[in-house]
Amino acid sequence: MYKAKVNITLRKSILDPKGKAAHHALQNLGLNSVEDVRIGKFVEMNIEACSKDEAYAIAETACTKLLANEVMEDYRIEIE
Amino acid sequence: MAKKIGVIVFPGSNCDHDAYHAMKHVMNAETEFLWHKDTNLDGIDLLIVPGGFSYGDYLRSGAIARFSPVMNAVQGYVKEGRPVLGICNGFQILLEAGLLPGAMLHNEKLRFVCKNVHIRVENTQSQFMSGLEKGDVLKIPVSHGEGNYFIDENGLESLEENDQIAFRYCTAEGEITEEANFNGSVSAIAGITNLKGNVLGMMPHPERAMEPILGNSDGIVFFTSVFNTLQLA
Repeated sequence: MYKAKVNITLRKSILDPKGKAAHHALQNLGLNSVEDVRIGKFVEMNIEACSKDEAYAIAETACTKLLANEVMEDYRIEIE
Repeated sequence: MAKKIGVIVFPGSNCDHDAYHAMKHVMNAETEFLWHKDTNLDGIDLLIVPGGFSYGDYLRSGAIARFSPVMNAVQGYVKEGRPVLGICNGFQILLEAGLLPGAMLHNEKLRFVCKNVHIRVENTQSQFMSGLEKGDVLKIPVSHGEGNYFIDENGLESLEENDQIAFRYCTAEGEITEEANFNGSVSAIAGITNLKGNVLGMMPHPERAMEPILGNSDGIVFFTSVFNTLQLA
């Protein structure tokens, strides 16, 4: 059994208003060294697979078909 | 044979009854609900994908609804060139299903916006709009938190080249201003069609503006155009 951890974020070129709002709040807290905030989604999946590569491939299919919308989002998969 | 309109009902749709009422009791058309598990669209002359929060908008608006059994049938229906109108969440579902290009981001200012806005008719080529004139301004309510239409530069160019932009947000006088584009949509886009012109997605809710007694009846202007173009009347 593998654990897939998927991070989904808005593509770099797209303004992330939630991240921007959180960034403002962090500055109000005095955390001026925080330069940029991006807010995304985190998805964890337990995957039954024979190998790490197979688990990755399954997670990738899950991302492209459902979890991420590639018109506006990027995803990053880690398999443990 | 009388023409028939179908309104799809997903778990979480909440403008399905508004659309049904507008079609059946204001436009006097034969109208029926289609459950999201229905797969038979025979005899439907106009399909409406209504607004709401299908599947709670989990993951992304429309992302889960597009896997409902009825959506396979909708893909076939669209391929045959038959007309589909997606309103608000319906527009989002059509985007997620790949029947229209682009995607929806959260409104730029993060607020859910529920008010009357003005939209300008940008082209009359589609199967819905021939009763309208380019430049016509309609006052139609919006009600959404994720209506900030996004498409990349190439996509926008292709929408413009192919006359796929149906509506843009504008002022009451029909001017496109930053303020009028309240949700931050690319190029102030409020509605688009597919290449063939038989699928129209729009964020504003014409079905909520159908009766003068409720303060706004510009939706009738839109639907009269739809009915005339599609010869539904």
